[in-house]
Amino acid sequence: MSAVLPTSSATLVPRIGLLSGKSWGAVVFALIVVAVIVPLLNLVVPAGSAFHASDYAVQLVAKIMCYAICALAMDLIWGYTGILSLGHGVFFALGGYAMGMYLMRQIGSDGQYRLPMPDFMVFLNWKTFPWTWAVSDSFIAQMLLVVLVPGLLAFVFGYFAFRSRIKGVYFSIITQAMTYAAMLLFFRNETGFGGNNGFTDFKRILDIPIATPTTRMALFVITGITLIVFFLLARWLVNSKFGRVLQAIRDAETRVMFTGYDPLRYKLAIWVISAVMCGIAGALYVPQVGIINPGEMSPAASIEIAIWAAVGGRGTLIGPIVGAFFVNGAKSWFTQAFPEFWLYFLGALFILVTIFLPQGIIGLVRRKTKEGA
Amino acid sequence: MNPSRRLAGKSLTAVALGVAALGYSSFAQAADTIKVGVLHSLSGTMAISESVLKDTVLMAIDEINAKGGLLGKQLEPVVVDPASNWPLFAEKAKQLISQDKVVVTFGCWTSVSRKSVLPVYEELNSLLFYPVQYEGEELSKNVFYTGAAPNQQAIPAVEYLMSKAGGGAKRFVLLGTDYVYPRTTNKILRAFLHSKGVKDEDIDEKYTPFGHSDYQTIVADIKKFSAGGKTAVISTINGDSNVPFYKELGNAGLKAKDVPVVAFSVGEEELRGVDAKPLVGHLAAWNYFMSIKSPANTAFIKKWSDYAKAKGVAGHKDKPLTNDPMEATYIGINMWAQAVKKAGSTDTDKVIAAMAGQTFPAPSGITSMMDPKNHHLHKSVFIGEIKADGQFNVVWKTPGPVKAHPWSEYIPENKGKKDEPDLMAKK
Amino acid sequence: MRWLILLLSALVLAAPAQALTPAEATSLATGEVESRITALNALLAGSADKRIDEKTVALIQAMSDDSVKFTDTAVFIMKDGKGFDPVTGAEKPVPETAEDVVNNNEMRSELDAALASIKLFSPDEKVRTEAVKTLAGGEISEAKLPLIEKAFASEAVPAIEDAIGRVRSAMLLGSADKAKRLAAAQALGATGTPATKTLLLDRLKVETEPDVKSAVEAALRTIEGRLAWGERLGVIFTGVSLGSILLLVALGLAITYGLMGVINMAHGELMMIGAYATYVIQNLFKAYLPGAFDYYVLLAIPASFLAAALVGAVLERVVIRWLYGRPLETLLATWGISLVLQQSVRTIFGAQNVPVENPAWLSGGVDVMSNLTLPFNRLAIIAFAVLVLAGVSALIARTRLGLFVRGVTQNRKMAACMGVNTARIDTYAFALGSGIAGLAGCALSQVGNVGPDLGQGYIVDSFMVVVLGGVGQLAGTVYAAMGLGVLNKLLEGWQGAVLAKIMVLVFIVIFIQKRPQGIFAMKGRSAEA
Repeated sequence: MSAVLPTSSATLVPRIGLLSGKSWGAVVFALIVVAVIVPLLNLVVPAGSAFHASDYAVQLVAKIMCYAICALAMDLIWGYTGILSLGHGVFFALGGYAMGMYLMRQIGSDGQYRLPMPDFMVFLNWKTFPWTWAVSDSFIAQMLLVVLVPGLLAFVFGYFAFRSRIKGVYFSIITQAMTYAAMLLFFRNETGFGGNNGFTDFKRILDIPIATPTTRMALFVITGITLIVFFLLARWLVNSKFGRVLQAIRDAETRVMFTGYDPLRYKLAIWVISAVMCGIAGALYVPQVGIINPGEMSPAASIEIAIWAAVGGRGTLIGPIVGAFFVNGAKSWFTQAFPEFWLYFLGALFILVTIFLPQGIIGLVRRKTKEGA
Repeated sequence: MNPSRRLAGKSLTAVALGVAALGYSSFAQAADTIKVGVLHSLSGTMAISESVLKDTVLMAIDEINAKGGLLGKQLEPVVVDPASNWPLFAEKAKQLISQDKVVVTFGCWTSVSRKSVLPVYEELNSLLFYPVQYEGEELSKNVFYTGAAPNQQAIPAVEYLMSKAGGGAKRFVLLGTDYVYPRTTNKILRAFLHSKGVKDEDIDEKYTPFGHSDYQTIVADIKKFSAGGKTAVISTINGDSNVPFYKELGNAGLKAKDVPVVAFSVGEEELRGVDAKPLVGHLAAWNYFMSIKSPANTAFIKKWSDYAKAKGVAGHKDKPLTNDPMEATYIGINMWAQAVKKAGSTDTDKVIAAMAGQTFPAPSGITSMMDPKNHHLHKSVFIGEIKADGQFNVVWKTPGPVKAHPWSEYIPENKGKKDEPDLMAKK
Repeated sequence: MRWLILLLSALVLAAPAQALTPAEATSLATGEVESRITALNALLAGSADKRIDEKTVALIQAMSDDSVKFTDTAVFIMKDGKGFDPVTGAEKPVPETAEDVVNNNEMRSELDAALASIKLFSPDEKVRTEAVKTLAGGEISEAKLPLIEKAFASEAVPAIEDAIGRVRSAMLLGSADKAKRLAAAQALGATGTPATKTLLLDRLKVETEPDVKSAVEAALRTIEGRLAWGERLGVIFTGVSLGSILLLVALGLAITYGLMGVINMAHGELMMIGAYATYVIQNLFKAYLPGAFDYYVLLAIPASFLAAALVGAVLERVVIRWLYGRPLETLLATWGISLVLQQSVRTIFGAQNVPVENPAWLSGGVDVMSNLTLPFNRLAIIAFAVLVLAGVSALIARTRLGLFVRGVTQNRKMAACMGVNTARIDTYAFALGSGIAGLAGCALSQVGNVGPDLGQGYIVDSFMVVVLGGVGQLAGTVYAAMGLGVLNKLLEGWQGAVLAKIMVLVFIVIFIQKRPQGIFAMKGRSAEA
């Protein structure tokens, strides 16, 4: 290697802004759509009109936006750091459960049994709340738990796993074990989280009725803004020095170690950040969908998160968001139009994307524009 | 690097537009038909039990249309697949009501799916007919429950087991899958057993997760428990876990005359997947068996066989079977049609009023009646013993139809509950 | 059945008998269960002094076999579709309105007990031993005591005499005579059946005499000690049984992962294919070779191996080969394949579970101890797993194919330099692994459900075994499978099925921290995993 230092900064990667001007424009546009246009179309425009955005569509899009946050989180650890997690669903679900606990307390005495305890505790003959529900009455405390519980689990699991240098396929398999064990635990009614029924039949949030169009729209707007904010945050992360080390770890971890960095710290940090992002997504998901149940922790659900990132295009941040919308949109359409063919489509998508489109949809578009330009 | 940022912007826009298209894509055209929703899992773990109910609804709709439809219009089924995924049930229900504009839905099987769609039906004031036996503890104005409440299935079965004819059981194993139906039913049964003088040490409550398949330890425990006195097992195991349980039971040599097992979720359809010879003598409690001899049942079975053959219904085209949830679905849709005719409209509140007191000749041989107040059917209870060919011998039945008690008197928290749904919207 | 009738007839030919009357036949076959049981006992009561008419015996046997029909006026024994009068034995036309006699559990118990009491006097030793066993396992009713006394007195073979003696003691436990009760309690201590325990417990509740009470308690303690051994052995057996299933399930995966670094998420579906192949073979036998039905399993084994191996080979050639060197993508691609396979099976066979019957030689079990029955199907699976393991080890250790597989596993590039066609070896090895998965599916079809979801239930378990066992040697998979099976069952007895599974999963995660390569790691220098 030459000992001559480069005279110009041409070989160093140029310092660039967060996004190009055109992209900032797109972000602002998206913000306006989410925060202004959709609420108008849903709340103000009358129901019969062709421009009305139906409640069903709004809720569907909100759900997909939550999924998109998960896909974004997956891109951070897989696309940029090379860690494939097949257990991210557990963080999503834990955040969802934390929010769900608060919403269950908000039902108050309006449940089937007219008692201040959730129905499932009544039929288990419990007279007092278990210790896990100690702060479930307070919104602030539960929101802290939305962040802390997935974060803590990620920290503990990640610390021990990364310290033992578990990598690659082995790591993916034990994340499966983690989410599977959590799912089994939550399916037990004795664990105190509603078992197979989960939490449902929510009535209020912050003492505002939850089933009204305004509440739903407010949640939609919050979700949309969260997605955009997380996107910008992720962009900032990967463009920083921290992000560069992550990409280096993805490409050649041993070399990074020899260069003097401790991969453990970086991997652990991004792992916890991505887990917390999923947790927040889960917390936004639950009040909008109206139910949380251990099925969200199933290994299959976590694998789907990986596929959204893969289909959209790993390592691009916008790709997974596109992927999440594409796959979930297709799912919604297929299960209505051709229910028997949905799994064929999904399976074929997995196979074709991994073999022919390793860069995903974004990669495909990029190639086309490059060829065209 | 730069193209990717431009791309980011383009992609965001594309995504937004695509999503908007999705939302606007399904606009229900106002055709001259009455739309009927079918909300049963056609894939996933519950498909085994639920998919045949979709076909039963379609068969009944064909029958009604052949007679001229309702109010001069034909019925049009709208079938969706919630794929055994509970959150998807709520989403599909909303789709059926808001997008497809169905006036009534026939659907759900597990209590979780019903509980997750309940808020949707109450908020949008639509109608749901729920055909499966369940744990009670619910009464909604927007739901008609055509399946059995615990006092129409579980309690008579336990009474039979305690009687001499049923084996005179003194100890009971309450074995179930871990979710709300077995948990609540067992709570009711425990209180019932206490009221009959059975002590807690003679009751063993066990739960296994969904899809559990290794019952060796459980069967060994049952054997051990039964050494303490004549034991009967009350099984609320759901779905396909029944097959490995019965296989293990048969192979371990636990015969029905030593330790009888009565199941509440095992019917003709579930026995299809099992070699029934080692199970001869074990029991099931339902409000209908295919082997019941009545003119209405003969006609029902024939209708179903012809339909299954004509439409090539998987499994049923070669060996048609009918079971209790199918009968409940059939009664439900016919009663609904009668109510619509009586009310002269498909408006939810008018139909609810017209449903009160509706009667229909049920295939089980009785005249089924919808209670005027509590949205449940009056049903007779039959206890059947499994035969080697997978059918049931009816060994006992109630003298007449039993009125449902959705709020079980054995749960103390139910004191003071009215036997009719709360008409005030819960806010 | 005919030989049984002859046998029974033989034993009753010796002495004059009381003939069966039409009224007795009707009272036995029709009416309420209570009255039928009374009629049955009445017919037997006389037999202590007199013989039972062979026609009565035939009727009771026919009722136990569910081959009796009745109308308001007459009763018919059905044989080969023809009806026979039970009193005269002559053929009688059966009217259309004749209904089947329905026996509920209670009636069936009484019929079995009645037949057993009659068989106590059979000249055939085996029949007598069976009869005593049936009586010992059933309800102990006072009504049969005179008969038992008579049998006890006339029995010559000492083993059977002991057995009858125990049944007699069980009946005498409720006698009014205190001395008899004491003797009975002491005699019962020598047995070890759960039925006896029930009896002793019931007696303890009503016993007033102190010395009889202590004798009963002593007997109970002895019996409980014996039963406890049965339980311990039972737990070990269930652990070994589960371990053998895990071994079959994980073996194929271990081979493909060790060789190609591919974790095949469609492994469960390959098992499902093997199970469905078994189902298809079963149906073919039912349709074309009903006589040889019991042997369908023997043909199903190679069929499921071939079916799954074929599908595996196709998958390898079409999909997996393009993803060489990208294990994470392979994981996702094989997950996609698993979805496609599941849905295809649903389309072809329906979403329902399909019934796979155990052939007769795999049904039931062997009673090792009074409370320990080892089911034949699980014993067969353990034996099968051992055979498959032996076969695969021999294949890997002794054949050329095995040599190449080992070579490619240890150092792919070197093996290629030595002239091994690594691509073909990949296909063969993948097919082998898939074939073993098919064999696992065939085994699973005998113990559980066969449906499109069969694979999903075992996929996580098979991964855990592979991860724990490491990929250095097959021995790792064996130890891991057996260890996990026994551990799971031990914990299950203590904490229940779900917590046991969770604890096992947590244990594996912790174990992997300490020893990331599993129990048997690959030896050699490789800096990058």
